[in-house]
Amino acid sequence: MMAFFATRTDLALDRDASGRFLPWVIAVMVFMAMLALAGAMVLQRATAGWQRGIEGHLTVQIADQAGQPMAPRLAAAVKELQLVPGVVRAVPLDRAAVELLLAPWLGRENLTSDLPLPGLIDVEVAPGGIDVAAIGARLARTVPGAVVDDPKPWLDRVLRLADLLQILAGAVVLGIGLATVFMVIFATRAGLSSHREAIEVLHLIGARDGYIAGQFQRQTLRLALAGALPAGIAAAGSLIVLGVLAAGAGRGLLPTIGFGPLAWLALAALPVIAIVIATLSARFTVLGYLREML
Amino acid sequence: MVRFQNVGMRYGLGPEVLRDLTFDLPAGSFHFLTGPSGAGKSTLLKLLYLAHRPSRGLITMFDQNVAAVPRNRLPGLRRRIGVVFQEFRLLDHLSALDNVALPLRIAGANRKQAEDHVRELLAWVGLSDRMNAKPPTLSGGEKQRVAIARAVIARPSLLLADEPTGNVDPAMGRRLMHLFVELNKIGTTLVIATHDEAMISEFRRPVLRLADGELSVEGA
Repeated sequence: MMAFFATRTDLALDRDASGRFLPWVIAVMVFMAMLALAGAMVLQRATAGWQRGIEGHLTVQIADQAGQPMAPRLAAAVKELQLVPGVVRAVPLDRAAVELLLAPWLGRENLTSDLPLPGLIDVEVAPGGIDVAAIGARLARTVPGAVVDDPKPWLDRVLRLADLLQILAGAVVLGIGLATVFMVIFATRAGLSSHREAIEVLHLIGARDGYIAGQFQRQTLRLALAGALPAGIAAAGSLIVLGVLAAGAGRGLLPTIGFGPLAWLALAALPVIAIVIATLSARFTVLGYLREML
Repeated sequence: MVRFQNVGMRYGLGPEVLRDLTFDLPAGSFHFLTGPSGAGKSTLLKLLYLAHRPSRGLITMFDQNVAAVPRNRLPGLRRRIGVVFQEFRLLDHLSALDNVALPLRIAGANRKQAEDHVRELLAWVGLSDRMNAKPPTLSGGEKQRVAIARAVIARPSLLLADEPTGNVDPAMGRRLMHLFVELNKIGTTLVIATHDEAMISEFRRPVLRLADGELSVEGA
């Protein structure tokens, strides 16, 4: 028996050209949006980590000088630092710790025992700041070759850059959303134009606007699902692979590409949002078109 | 049922194609609409099936001033009107069965009852073996019968038919006219546009005669 009330639509929308290109367009949009959002989240997490690690700390670097053993110079510098108001703690790093810091850049095999390395002191300062120039001058008098490295100006520049990149990522996601809306409107208008005759018949035999719009809406939903879901899965897979590759490349050199449950939820929301946006765009485009009819 | 009072109609800034139309279609009446090509028959039918609003004058349908009916209530009025379009206007990708079922689908009718009803009507118009055929594979006469079945399936209060027997053989034409007469007997108001003076003479019903956009009513 013919199931004429089943899934068949009154309009032959499944034969439209949009059926061929819209899923691909939506897939590309969703994939790019997810990567942009993931990039923003990775950057946010990395900068937060850098901020946590660096804020409230200074590094004192003592250059290696021939004939002058490093240990007494480090001890003298630590002693001097402990006398400075605002310094909470000054901890010299042993050679192994310094090598660990340099390994990602120089390679572990190049860090031979005779390689002259600078002495480093991690200085924790009280909140409210400290006069870095004054400490530098004081240390230089006590321990020649000692310089104070204040990472705050560098961190501020990095944070400004990271903020800008996050705004750009947000703009990319927004732009992708708008492009999706325009593509769906374009495809729906093309469909309205090619089915004008049939739409008019439905209209004249008493179809309400919602009935006709519903047909476009369901078709767009099908196309959006066909594009957004595989793209979402592909993007998630890509991010997992990138995370594994980044971890393999060496901790410390690249930011960690990993996401918590909330971040995954935000990423998973993108395909859903794309589907909802596409479906609603189709519906409102049709309703706008029908309002021009009596 | 339908009242036109001083109705005029023009397209855009063009000349009036209908002028000062004043007539009544009482409930249960049966009128022929005739006139030479270009006299305005199609435009009058478009006003009757609510495809256009008049440029001037007052149209009252189902006791409502059409101009004052909000747009969202027009589909409800249109569902009370059955239309047989001259060019059939069937949906090519749907079977004859689905085409005829459209008004019931749109009205949200019960699926099983609707399907039985559609099959019964298609059998009555001699298309029981063509129910699953799509319009491009149907002959002109078969399309016309599908179009008529679609127009009457929802038992409209007002049935408008534009040359409904123009593409069928005389025997089928007579059979379809008798369908219209039967519908009229159970209370359907009918307006049948035709050039067929022989049919008008045979059925002896009032005639709305259009010439140069003006209307005269004969035999009322």
